[in-house]
Amino acid sequence: MSDTDMIDAVLDRHHHDGTRLMQILRETQEQLGWLSPATLTHIAKAIAWPRAQVEGTADFYSFFHTRPLGRYRVLWSDNITDRMLGNTDLLEAMCKKLWLEPGRVSEDGLVSVDVTSCTGMCDQGPAVLVNCRAITRMTPARVGEMVGLIRSETPLAEWPAEWFAVDDNIRRKDILLAHDLVPGQALAAALERGAEKMLAEIKAARLRGRGGAGFATGLKWEACRSAAGHGAGAAHYVVCNADEGEPGTFKDRVLLTSYAGLVFEGMSIAGLVVGAKKGLLYLRGEYRYLLEPLESALAVRRDAKLLGKNILGTDFEFDIEIHLGAGAYICGEESALIESLEGKPGRPRIRPPFPVTHGYLDQPTTVNNVETLAASCLIAAHGSDWYAQHGTEKSTGSKILSVSGDCERPGIYEYPYGVAVRQVLEDCGASDCQAVQISGPSGMCAAEAEFDRKIAFEDIPTAGAFMVFDETRDMFEVARNFAHFFAHESCGFCTPCRVGTTLVRNLMDKIARNHGSPYDIDELFKLHRLMQGASHCGLGNTACNPIFDTLNKFRPAYEHRLMSLDYEPAFDLDAALSQARQMTGRDDAAAHLKNGAEA
Amino acid sequence: MNAPMSPPKKLRVATTSLAGCFGCHMSFLDIDERILKLLELIEFDRSPLTDIKHCGPCDLGIIEGGLCNAENVHVLREFRRNCKIILALGACAINGGLPAQRNHLDLRDVLEEVYQTEHLLGRGGIPNDPELPLPLNKVHPIHEVVKVDYFLPGCPPSADAIWKLLTDLLAGRTPTLGHGLLHYD
Repeated sequence: MSDTDMIDAVLDRHHHDGTRLMQILRETQEQLGWLSPATLTHIAKAIAWPRAQVEGTADFYSFFHTRPLGRYRVLWSDNITDRMLGNTDLLEAMCKKLWLEPGRVSEDGLVSVDVTSCTGMCDQGPAVLVNCRAITRMTPARVGEMVGLIRSETPLAEWPAEWFAVDDNIRRKDILLAHDLVPGQALAAALERGAEKMLAEIKAARLRGRGGAGFATGLKWEACRSAAGHGAGAAHYVVCNADEGEPGTFKDRVLLTSYAGLVFEGMSIAGLVVGAKKGLLYLRGEYRYLLEPLESALAVRRDAKLLGKNILGTDFEFDIEIHLGAGAYICGEESALIESLEGKPGRPRIRPPFPVTHGYLDQPTTVNNVETLAASCLIAAHGSDWYAQHGTEKSTGSKILSVSGDCERPGIYEYPYGVAVRQVLEDCGASDCQAVQISGPSGMCAAEAEFDRKIAFEDIPTAGAFMVFDETRDMFEVARNFAHFFAHESCGFCTPCRVGTTLVRNLMDKIARNHGSPYDIDELFKLHRLMQGASHCGLGNTACNPIFDTLNKFRPAYEHRLMSLDYEPAFDLDAALSQARQMTGRDDAAAHLKNGAEA
Repeated sequence: MNAPMSPPKKLRVATTSLAGCFGCHMSFLDIDERILKLLELIEFDRSPLTDIKHCGPCDLGIIEGGLCNAENVHVLREFRRNCKIILALGACAINGGLPAQRNHLDLRDVLEEVYQTEHLLGRGGIPNDPELPLPLNKVHPIHEVVKVDYFLPGCPPSADAIWKLLTDLLAGRTPTLGHGLLHYD
């Protein structure tokens, strides 16, 4: 089949529908390796979109390549937890063996090696993605073997299967992970109750969103349900947000691996309540390997009459489709996620209007976290009274934590809301713990004095990440890793975030090079205030949280890097004259510049 | 009876153009007759307008242009040592601007191309007279070398923007430019 025929087959499969551009680009790239200018032109014509718009989408996402990046594309997950497990040395070793610079393609077009944001394998890192396939537990030996397989151009399918093994590592189960529901039980209970009573039950259970913000799920569903669809395509939609991009979070990965039925059932219940016939699951590109298992889980549910028309013999109709993302943290924000579902770059929309009235294709849409939807099954099956017995007054139910970092037993821990940080640390075997980053870089950094605080919306809210740092860790380097993360993931739409995250990164690098001064610390505080107040969305609002927290709680980690109390140049001034000195042969006094404190 | 108020002490202002084109200074002069009002409030120290060669103690130092050579660094540091407030005026001071377009080239290649390879120009070799300041490997914005208190972007910033910022600073108000004075198109 020629390239054009191949692209046409993909386009036919997606009915030449531009809103499906993400999937069209992904499937095309999976076949052709990259998206050439000719490919983009061809696709633009076929979907009748301006070419610039197609290119805009292709350029926006890290996992779409508009230039060839080698037949093997190795991306090292670069979360702080991967760093702590030694990914930097392994990456260097790999590049050395391949005679390669990070980020550059080998001259023969065979391979490129680079870093990427957290791939959600923090409990079994260091992790890599090879051609978008996840590989866990990298070791020096694996690096050596992998280089051999790449050199001999062995297809990925023939690589050792155990490399691709992803463990659940479930260490503690509570009401959700230890549920005893059979497929269809929760949905049948919901159908028997009917949409209105089911909604009332969700409200009475006081279920709140598990993505971190804790918005009342009942209110969201009610708002979506009561909003009218618009125009010819009037419809309601349920979207499951499985774009688990917050570094250190991997609970959705486990839910989608071993509890996918529960998640799909939760989506169906949401569909029943809001009056939707279609649900979309937005799966992050890093979890590409879950696509086929999830598709077959959907097929099983269709066969069991749990999806499709006349579900369980009623006139309820609902089906689910999976959309894959392509490596953009920002798409975890619900309106950016919807933009992405529509084939556009993931840039957050201006709200209001909110997705519950104007969401996917401008129709009423409820966007819920994977865990929230799964939890709704428990309420459907056991009722709100039973559910609300668990957890605390304002945070009912349980929360799944993704524990990683310096502890003996990293993995998945489910607790009733209200568990103390100290309890989690004890259970996971964290000794000499210095700090915990809760809810990822955009969350909060808790120091020892706060370990008796509780995981709950009334105290420490969290999306689930729980990264542990022992006494040997340098909290400045932790914050600097996060600063680099946000600078990379800013979508570039608004100036405070686009420029601010880069300025913060540069200042952190300046301090890391021992060129820092107290002014730079003032500047970091200033940027924190500015970005919190002026950014377009939560990414910019929270991007300085790790800096702010560590500056307040671990200030000496910054201070001992400062050069002096005076202002310091950002670079070595005398070295900045080196080339001119070399070319002129001069070495007189005027051919040198004193650095900051000496000047 | 109240004693007659003595006229308020005039504030001293120094200005310079480092790796800039003097365009920001020209734009400053575009405040036109308002300069007379300004002179009631300030007196100039080192500045292209006075031809004073070195900067003394000042309230405000206005820097146009970025840093492309060692002399720029010395002048900037002299300003920072002497001025209570440093204002980065215009795109080059803030970002390096046009001179920074050489930053993607290696300085050695630039010198070689201009003074050795290029016909006619190359006859004297690369100038190495100690009188000449050495160029820096890269062009830098001024805030990478000294603490800068205020930034006024623009290429050049408009006279109205400069006027607003100066009158705010002189009156002790935190400068705010507001709509119309700060835009990028």
